[in-house]
Amino acid sequence: MTTLLYALLVMVALALLLGAILGYASVRFKVDADPLVDKIDDILPQTQCGQCGHPGCRPYAEAIASGEEDINKCPPGGEDGIRKLAELLGVDFKPFDAGAAQPKPKAVALIDEATCIGCTLCIQACPVDAILGSAKQMHTIIASECTGCELCLPPCPVDCIRMIPHGTDLTNWKWRYPTIPIKAVKP
Amino acid sequence: MSWLYDFHGGIHPPQHKDAATGSPIQALPLPPQLHIALAQSVGNAARPTVAVGQHVRKGETLAEPDGRLSAAVHAPTSGTITAIGPHPFAHPSGLPVDTVTLQPDGLDEWQPRQPLDWQQADAATLRQHLQAMGVVGLGGAVFPTHLKLAAGKLATLVVNGAECEPFISCDDLLMRERAAGIVDGIRIAAHALQAGEVLIGIEDNKPQAIAAMQAACAGTAYRVVSIPTKYPSGGAKQLIRILTGIEVPHGIRATDLGVQCLNVGTLYAIAHAVLHGEPLLSRIVTVTGAVARAANYEVAIGTPLAWLLQQAGMSDPNADVIMGGPMMGITLPDLAAGLPKAGNCLIAKNAALFPPRPAEQACIRCGDCASVCPAELQPMDLFWFAKSRQFGKAQERHLFDCIECGACSYVCPSQIPLVDYYRFAKSEIWAAERDKKSASLARQRHEFRQFRIERDKSEKAARVAARAAEQAAKLANQTASPVPAPAATGMDDAKKAAIAAALARAAAQKEAKPLSEQHTSGLDDAKQAAIQAAMARAAARKAAAEAAKAGDAANPDSTATATPAQTGMDDAKRAAIEAAMARAAARKAAAEAAKAGDAANPDSTATATPAQTGMDDAKRAAIEAAMARAAARKAVAEAKKDAAS
Ligand code: SF4
Ligand code: SF4
Ligand code: SF4
Ligand code: SF4
Repeated sequence: MTTLLYALLVMVALALLLGAILGYASVRFKVDADPLVDKIDDILPQTQCGQCGHPGCRPYAEAIASGEEDINKCPPGGEDGIRKLAELLGVDFKPFDAGAAQPKPKAVALIDEATCIGCTLCIQACPVDAILGSAKQMHTIIASECTGCELCLPPCPVDCIRMIPHGTDLTNWKWRYPTIPIKAVKP
Repeated sequence: MSWLYDFHGGIHPPQHKDAATGSPIQALPLPPQLHIALAQSVGNAARPTVAVGQHVRKGETLAEPDGRLSAAVHAPTSGTITAIGPHPFAHPSGLPVDTVTLQPDGLDEWQPRQPLDWQQADAATLRQHLQAMGVVGLGGAVFPTHLKLAAGKLATLVVNGAECEPFISCDDLLMRERAAGIVDGIRIAAHALQAGEVLIGIEDNKPQAIAAMQAACAGTAYRVVSIPTKYPSGGAKQLIRILTGIEVPHGIRATDLGVQCLNVGTLYAIAHAVLHGEPLLSRIVTVTGAVARAANYEVAIGTPLAWLLQQAGMSDPNADVIMGGPMMGITLPDLAAGLPKAGNCLIAKNAALFPPRPAEQACIRCGDCASVCPAELQPMDLFWFAKSRQFGKAQERHLFDCIECGACSYVCPSQIPLVDYYRFAKSEIWAAERDKKSASLARQRHEFRQFRIERDKSEKAARVAARAAEQAAKLANQTASPVPAPAATGMDDAKKAAIAAALARAAAQKEAKPLSEQHTSGLDDAKQAAIQAAMARAAARKAAAEAAKAGDAANPDSTATATPAQTGMDDAKRAAIEAAMARAAARKAAAEAAKAGDAANPDSTATATPAQTGMDDAKRAAIEAAMARAAARKAVAEAKKDAAS
């Protein structure tokens, strides 16, 4: 009988001890953010344009993680982005909806500085603070920081912002996928 | 005699070197124009320091280095700058790059040259001198040389005279004819690197070069080593392996293992820069293939390639031209480009030398490519992953260890242009990394912006509340004098606090509203003003109602409690303050309603008609507040009387 009691006591003591350790570990090593959201956010292009219907990339990542939103809503990410999301989430690739916005070449915004009236409206719209200027002063865009989200275009009262597509130069030129070259016959 | 080691793989393609080695190095007249590109080395393009129309002398700096990973660019002869701007460049992309165009004046007049006393100068001075002299690796990679001399305290300096690629013979001729200059360069480099040992590797298909170098090295400790001819023994890792037996593993630089490798052409340029103060203005170029006068020419940097090929007697002006060797070189898209520092060899193609490559077939996994790969990779796997765009997997299999030597493409029985796939995969991976970098920058900036907006909002709210309190205090002071015989009120503190809070909140909202509305909605101004007026009215009405309620409550309260006679003074003051605040709020609301510029205007001036306008409400609030005050006073007086009797 005492043996049984001892055994029971030992088991109870063990259970309590292990429970305490587990409980402590769950507090001590608590994962604050949902790691899946981070992983999805990592794939999203961070253009912060809102074309996905969410106010920025992270909210969209959260919506994907919670299963509320499809993976094919981010035009700046392109089909490559959808592919990566599909791979991460273990779902099938899904092309962009036919009616929805389609990917387009990357661009940066350019303010026509002669026309700009210094209204600061574009500064307030820019999600990455890429526009410099103050009231009644001419504004300008830091090209290297502009994500090309186009959010500054609609607020401009004098329509002086244009999108300039990224050119290719030696720093971002890419070798093409090997194909049989078609050569123009020289005259 | 020490051991020679062997590296994995390698091939023995036909040499084709004899065509250009039959004659000594040829001098050329100056071309009518020089197109000196500013992107002459790995890293940043140099920044131009000259202006169009300026006259420059030979050796004058045209552009200075931009950052550490960059080297200066100089005028190869005296003349006038006629243009600075985009011009075709010797690059597979065919993209134009910023180029200085120089029209030679034919005088070839030097600027004063300043040699460097290299034995006295410290390492940093020497490196700076080399950067300013525009010395870069002339083996083809054009890595700025001053960075290669930064290692210090090396066991072995490997001098690369292997020149393993078919057709190219510029290093061979340089060694034959200018061995003394090369040895001077070795002396300087060995001094800078504090090299314990110098090994000069030359393939055994260049006996004359070996003899010349041995003669020049007589009396020094430098060892000239004849190595077996096998492509690509001239790769830095391969040559180090052959001469020292050291395998440079993945992800480690040779200098970490105490070895540095420099090309003979580079060493010659170092000697010129240091001993004579002459920048890198020209180089030896092998011009061969389908040309009448195949030879090695000493050519000024920036010489138009079409002109150079014409001087060498290229028969078919439309023929494709390769820059570099047939294995690793690139087909030039535009021969208008000027000769870059990287241009060691030009090969005019013809069908006899370069029969068209048969169409690509499927990989049969024969393994030939793996057996010749000097980097000991599995080219067929890399090919598979590159073709199917699984770049991550290609990277895992050390795609970036591939030196693009082309041995695998050379042996592939299926005629797969393997290197093209690797180049494609590498540039896709680089592009993805660039995107990743800019995305994380954008993420940071976006997060900071959100934090900033939050912070500004809370700061603004705090500021507005503080201002409201201040204003109320001021008004209270003003109204305190006309109010006669301050007395106690029964209004309890909690209610007062609530009213004050509500007022502050309303004010804060009013301030915050326009900002947020600009963000989100496209409401036109009239609508916005109307909404604001309505809100102000509502706030005033609420304030009035609350004041009235307070007044009602004051009556029973004050009759019931006779004790707060001594605190009466305070309470009265507070009540006055509150009333003043209510009045101020109402006044502000009225002003704003008036500003809205609609029907509110006539109404507010014609105060006789009690309507739903803000002005009326404000007045009513004021009246009500005054009445409340009076009632409170009466109540207190009554309470006092009661207490006295
Ligand atoms: S659509 Fe725009 S905001 Fe949405 S995830 Fe893509 S880049 Fe971000
Ligand atoms: S500048 Fe315009 S396009 Fe560029 S990130 Fe800012 S809002 Fe978007
Ligand atoms: S040599 Fe060509 S066919 Fe053979 S395994 Fe390599 S890639 Fe495939
Ligand atoms: S090109 Fe790359 S994969 Fe092919 S043999 Fe050379 S190093 Fe190996």
